[in-house]
Amino acid sequence: MKRTFLATALAGLTLAAFSGTAIAQKKYDSGATDKEIKLGNVNPYSGPASAYGAIGKTMDAYFKMINASGGVNGRQIKFISLDDGYNPAKTVEQIRKLVEEEEVLATVGVLGTPPNSAIHKYMNQKRMPQLFVATGATKWGDPKNFPWTMGWQPNYQGESKIYAQHLLETKPNAKIGILYQNDDYGKDYLKGFLDGLGDKAKTMVVKQLTYEVTDPTIDSQMVELKASGADVFFNITTPKFAAQAIKKAAEIGWKPQHYLNNVSNSVGAVMMPAGPENGVGILSVFYLKDPTDAQWHNTPEYKEWLGFMQKHMPTGDLKDLNHVFGYTMAQGVVQVLKQAGNELTRANIMKQAANIDMNLPMLLPGVNVKTGPDDFYPIERGQLARWNGKTWVLEGKVFGR
Amino acid sequence: MNASNKKLVWIGGLVLLAVLCVLPFLVKNFRVFQFNMVMIYAIAILGLNILTGYNGQISLGHGAFYAIGAYGAAILMDGAGVPYWATLPFAAVLCFVFGFLMGFPALRLGGHYLALATFALALAVPQMLKYKKIEHWTGGVQGIVLSKPEPPFELSILGQPLSADRWLYFYTLFVLLIMFLIAWRLLRGRVGRALVAIRDHPIAASAMGINLPVFKSITFGVSAAFTGVAGGLSASVVAFVSPDSFTSFLSITLLVGVVVGGLASIPGAIAGAIFIQYVPNVADEISKSAPWAIYGTFLILLMYLMPSGAAGLVSKIWSRLRPASTSATSSPEGKLS
Amino acid sequence: MEAFLHQIFAGIANGGIYASVGLALVMIHQATHHINFAQGEMATFSTFIAWALINAGWPYWGAFFLTVAISFALGLIIQRTVLKPVEKAPVLTNVIVFVGLLVIFNAVAGWIFDHTIKSFPSPFPKGTFFETKYFSAHDIGSIGVTLVVLVALYCFFKFTPLGLAMRAAAQNPESARLVGVRVSWMLGMGWGLAAAIGAVAGMMVAPIVFLDPNMMGGILLYGFAAALLGGIDNPWGAVIGGFIVGVLENLLGAYVIGTELKLTVALVLIVGTLIVRPDGLFGKAVVTRV
Repeated sequence: MKRTFLATALAGLTLAAFSGTAIAQKKYDSGATDKEIKLGNVNPYSGPASAYGAIGKTMDAYFKMINASGGVNGRQIKFISLDDGYNPAKTVEQIRKLVEEEEVLATVGVLGTPPNSAIHKYMNQKRMPQLFVATGATKWGDPKNFPWTMGWQPNYQGESKIYAQHLLETKPNAKIGILYQNDDYGKDYLKGFLDGLGDKAKTMVVKQLTYEVTDPTIDSQMVELKASGADVFFNITTPKFAAQAIKKAAEIGWKPQHYLNNVSNSVGAVMMPAGPENGVGILSVFYLKDPTDAQWHNTPEYKEWLGFMQKHMPTGDLKDLNHVFGYTMAQGVVQVLKQAGNELTRANIMKQAANIDMNLPMLLPGVNVKTGPDDFYPIERGQLARWNGKTWVLEGKVFGR
Repeated sequence: MNASNKKLVWIGGLVLLAVLCVLPFLVKNFRVFQFNMVMIYAIAILGLNILTGYNGQISLGHGAFYAIGAYGAAILMDGAGVPYWATLPFAAVLCFVFGFLMGFPALRLGGHYLALATFALALAVPQMLKYKKIEHWTGGVQGIVLSKPEPPFELSILGQPLSADRWLYFYTLFVLLIMFLIAWRLLRGRVGRALVAIRDHPIAASAMGINLPVFKSITFGVSAAFTGVAGGLSASVVAFVSPDSFTSFLSITLLVGVVVGGLASIPGAIAGAIFIQYVPNVADEISKSAPWAIYGTFLILLMYLMPSGAAGLVSKIWSRLRPASTSATSSPEGKLS
Repeated sequence: MEAFLHQIFAGIANGGIYASVGLALVMIHQATHHINFAQGEMATFSTFIAWALINAGWPYWGAFFLTVAISFALGLIIQRTVLKPVEKAPVLTNVIVFVGLLVIFNAVAGWIFDHTIKSFPSPFPKGTFFETKYFSAHDIGSIGVTLVVLVALYCFFKFTPLGLAMRAAAQNPESARLVGVRVSWMLGMGWGLAAAIGAVAGMMVAPIVFLDPNMMGGILLYGFAAALLGGIDNPWGAVIGGFIVGVLENLLGAYVIGTELKLTVALVLIVGTLIVRPDGLFGKAVVTRV
């Protein structure tokens, strides 16, 4: 009895000693080899949301750049990105292709709330990382129920609460008019804003109007909002309609305190086409640096991004914030892969993703990327900025955890 | 058809059936999923073909009926806990009613006007699905997430288990065969002839005693019911419904499937379904930067090569090979009434 | 009251957009008896060409007229090459070819010019003399341009031999051939003219809605509605139909049903109008021999 005990103890100890070296040994799930890491992605390259296809293209270019200088831990990244046209039924098909046929190690940056909702259950059933989903919907940070899904950007409800808070502090008796896109993105922002106002929402909000992404213009809605007597405007629209809204407000002589959602605060894509003098005074939350903002142009981080664009995405529009978004997310992915080292299993990918604490060059100063086993919201901070006709001037403190 | 021909057809049919039954176990689950989508599209296209191919009423809005069928099934499964196989009759009846109602104004409209009205329907339905007053049932903009039905028993053929996808394959195949059988019996007989008569010579048809308004409206209803059944099936196969899945592009895609497969052809629906499911994927492989341009080019080339669709091409080849046997089939010269 | 007027005038301004698209559709229908579903995407593509020219330094009106000319040529070429093989094919085959063209133009525009929205200059900038409180200079200017095109079109079809020949070729190709009309070339010219009008529509629309490959997607339905409400064979009807659609869309959205069911209401309106007047408000009833 004693002898067998000793024998097993000795065996156990030797095993433990050897398994210490096993950590340096390689462990792979399908999609990872000595030479290659396969990553999957689904983006809308066609259809109504095709403007966001620039994100997938930027990520692809960034990974190619990393590959050219040796890859991550000596492995080349194979980035397979498929088009779903923003149609959730197609997203299901493309994701299944990536998971079951291409057998990727992980998916990164799948874009849009309906597409991600369609595959949410499947990805968790298949234990496949649905990493850094490119949507600000609040429901992605739920590690208890969906341990394989993680968000990325500051969520919409958190952002609208910042606006609500700012409004309650500066104009507690305001009359608010809201224009929002009639889909998940619009409704998520709306909910956060109304929650942030609390009981005062009922008395403060005088008009809530919607529009469809297929509508040609929102002129009628803007006229109606002005007629409601609102002196505060919460603008929950995507870039094309945001530009229309800013322009129309100026045309009809409506000058409310204007809060603009983060999705549409790009200088090149919205503020300039709308007419820079029309947007003076608009407030918006930022977490990324806008590439058309001259205040960053002499910084080494901007120059690095510019060099990347010129060399690896020469046809990309330098005014398009999507290129900064994709660049930053790709950097986040590379960091996770680096941390995973030689243990390229899906479980370890999620473990490392839940263990990030870093700063990325194109994030605003003060905004970091941090996750933990209970915190599946990588980027949570943001700062308000006010448009002065030429650039966004940061003001106030950095909000968020 | 003489006796030996009939025997050949029967044997051929049985062989085909055997192949179809083994097929899902030869390929991965993801491919089986694609096969299921092909079958679903085939049913939807068949529905549209009844209206547009046989009856000459052009509809650019059948995506709306697909959506209604899908949401009907989804709401029953999610909200009322109805088992998936019981939702299809409900979807069929629901869409029949909507189609019939749409058929009434359609009586007065012809050609382009009907196309416009149905296109407006295709655009309006996604917006109606998002309406906040019925959000409680429809899930609003978020849609409804469903669970895939599990196979009721364990089975393993050629080493591959009977997965949910494979089980759905057989379920969908069963429904497909039933729908095709119904269409076959309807369209090969007096009803089919009446439909074609209305399409080609409406005045003569009514002079012959065919009640045009009733017939046309019922046709709209039946056509919608078929497409609705397809939608109901898709709710189980895709396991997710949301307004974004049913944009106007779906309606246009179904029409493409009808024309590519062949107007007024039942088997053509399968060819059309294969086209609309696979060609976008093929185009994606050919060109990453502008895949839809490749798709459009394919479409146009196909229209040059087979203006009467795949079925038209097959019958042309068939009549060339067997000049002796002639059959008086209605030619798919689609005239819009 | 002021808000109500504002909605009406905003609707008229929007209606101008729908009217110009509707005109292009009427044009194609008069020449070919088909409705071209690719009309919107072709117009967008033409607007991109204009944008590229302006970006390369061309003055606005120079780019405008060059784009119109290029679009005319493009329309003509498409009819002569892509559509000729299916000229005699059934209507639905042609419809699918149009769908193919739609998809190709959209994809190529996105590929060449990418998907970020671009601002497009207006020839009637803020401060032009005819600006009023309710209409921006561009709104008035673009309505004016649409009306000029309308009058030119009307005169062309009614008073010129070429216009007559085109109408004949569309209505009765066999008889037209017998009197010496070159039917195929008439069809080609019809397409060229429609493409040119579409280009004008696109260039008038882009300053308001901003230029991107999906610019015309939402507008096309309303353009169709305008053309059909007014009667598919009547250019005046298309323009009036456009204004009606624009005003009703705004009024209904603001006062009747709210913005969440606007499309449903548009559907009911369209269907309702067509039931009461199946040939459109100003169209002629087509009588066929039994």
